[in-house]
Amino acid sequence: MKKTVVELIEVAKDFDGQRALADISLTVTDGEFLSLLGPSGCGKTTLLRLIGGFEHCTSGLLRIDGQDMDRIPPEKRAVNTVFQNYALFPHMTVYDNVAFGLRMAKRSSREIRLAVTQALDMVQLSGLEQRRPAALSGGQQQRVAIARALINKPRVLLLDEPLSALDHRLRKQMQKELKQLQRALGITFILVTHDQDEAFAMSDRVVVMQAGRIEQIGTPMEIYENPVNLFVARFVGDINILDGVVVSRSGADTYHALVEGVAVTLHSRRDFLPGQQLHVLLRPEDVRLEQERDIAESRSLSAKFAQARLPGTVQRIFYHGATYDVEVMLDNGNQVQVTEFFDEDSANLSFRPGDQVALGWLQGWEVVLPHEG
Amino acid sequence: MSRWLKGGYAASIFLFLYLPLVVVAVFSFNDSRFSLAWHGFTLDWYVRLWHNTGLMTAAVNSLIIAASAATLATFLGTIAAFVLHQYRFAGRRLLFGTFFVMMMSPDIVIAISLLLLFLALPLNLGFHTLLLAHIVLCVPFVAITVFSRFHRFQHDVIDAARDLGASEYQVFRHIVLPLAAPAVAAGWLLSFTLSLDDVIISFFNTGPGFEVLPLRIYSMVRLGIRPDVNALCVAMIVFTIIALILTKILLKEKK
Repeated sequence: MKKTVVELIEVAKDFDGQRALADISLTVTDGEFLSLLGPSGCGKTTLLRLIGGFEHCTSGLLRIDGQDMDRIPPEKRAVNTVFQNYALFPHMTVYDNVAFGLRMAKRSSREIRLAVTQALDMVQLSGLEQRRPAALSGGQQQRVAIARALINKPRVLLLDEPLSALDHRLRKQMQKELKQLQRALGITFILVTHDQDEAFAMSDRVVVMQAGRIEQIGTPMEIYENPVNLFVARFVGDINILDGVVVSRSGADTYHALVEGVAVTLHSRRDFLPGQQLHVLLRPEDVRLEQERDIAESRSLSAKFAQARLPGTVQRIFYHGATYDVEVMLDNGNQVQVTEFFDEDSANLSFRPGDQVALGWLQGWEVVLPHEG
Repeated sequence: MSRWLKGGYAASIFLFLYLPLVVVAVFSFNDSRFSLAWHGFTLDWYVRLWHNTGLMTAAVNSLIIAASAATLATFLGTIAAFVLHQYRFAGRRLLFGTFFVMMMSPDIVIAISLLLLFLALPLNLGFHTLLLAHIVLCVPFVAITVFSRFHRFQHDVIDAARDLGASEYQVFRHIVLPLAAPAVAAGWLLSFTLSLDDVIISFFNTGPGFEVLPLRIYSMVRLGIRPDVNALCVAMIVFTIIALILTKILLKEKK
């Protein structure tokens, strides 16, 4: 069991009577890379600022290393922050920026020189010590901000959308570097982002937030494959949402249901009652798609569609290089997005607009949720 | 053609702005006591100015008042601006509004109300009352100048400094002050000139024992413009230009 570093218990935060955060309970373990993921205005930055000490909880408890942080100012917390726009000190050189934390702690100049040299080496900025922030590129400024925040060896590093100002390629590269840095240092990282790719690529666990509340906490895989509600499902990647109703239960986790008007078998560990409305969620890449006439000809293929076989017509094809998307209109008029990988044996697309097709899924890959109205 | 037009336009503006100063400078070297016609070059008036102890004392008094009022007003105004920028407290907007009211109020109103206050307290009019009055005059200008500078740099920078372990004093000393330095310097200069050429507030709030330059000149000019006043004006212009160049150099080296 790893040690808990940051612990929030039923934390709430109001701004001028407006609730910004509600009912936040969260534990962050030592050495973990945690992401706070959500749309803008969901409270993820406020949560980060609470941990950093720039805001105070309206109610609830915040502990860092077991110690209550109520009324403890930022300068007294073993936590450092990489700010969204880096917030480098414009009147200081790179060296002075990085040395700032140690100077405030009144360390000897020899010790400072050693630590700053090491820190700049770590973020590959050696040789730029005497530059001003204004004379650095965005990526370099980012590295200075990271080196500066790590110089005091914090227990937790907070990162507020640190990569949002960088272009796509540089962002990918910095994602890798940040992850490597975190592994090498063993420091807990808490990252705020609205980019699910970024959160998934770097984090051990992801906290999905909406409107000041935590919707789901889990590993990227859990979040992606078992979203607890429609918001989470929609926010992390593309998803098809089908409507259905339970007909009967047959066994512990097996249901007979009508989905988009077609009788199917569903698997879910949740409890549903006969007659209950539900959603069936399918990732585009989890949908099984075949030509109707191929299924009619092949017994093994039709066996694969035994539990669910939704008829439809191919509408459009979108080519993406390694994959292609197929837009299918079900017979009841609803649209479904399917992602297909290229067949290794043939260079041609397997589907054309107008094809009569059937939709199905691998047993147990569907996510079944109660209907949200 | 258009180049001549542009040049001529610029020249006419400079002429409009600086012709009065040129006239004063020319007459300060004119070898005639009353005439406005040119009677030949002389440095007599400068020599006389140097020996006019009354005028020189008033000048020194003015410089002392201007320098001390500017320094104290800059100190108070900068702190006020920092507080207004950094903290949210009851009465913050009121304080902010008060500064604007003070800047807009006619000097005569400030002068009379200060005079009444000093008499009611009671304080003897003289150096101290004049200093207080000039500080009152200057603080709003410094506060607003410095405040607008604070608003231009990111608040994140202050958060970052605190995050890295800086106490409130250290934040002020290492981050806020260096970043606001140009505005603080500008505030000081502004206060200095405000104090130096103020007539109305000085007129009501100083005593007979402490005479400042504008009042002295004012009383002299009532008996006709004397060339040593011209000389004094030129000396002050030179002084101002030197001060300006010095601040330019100082601010440049900071960059």
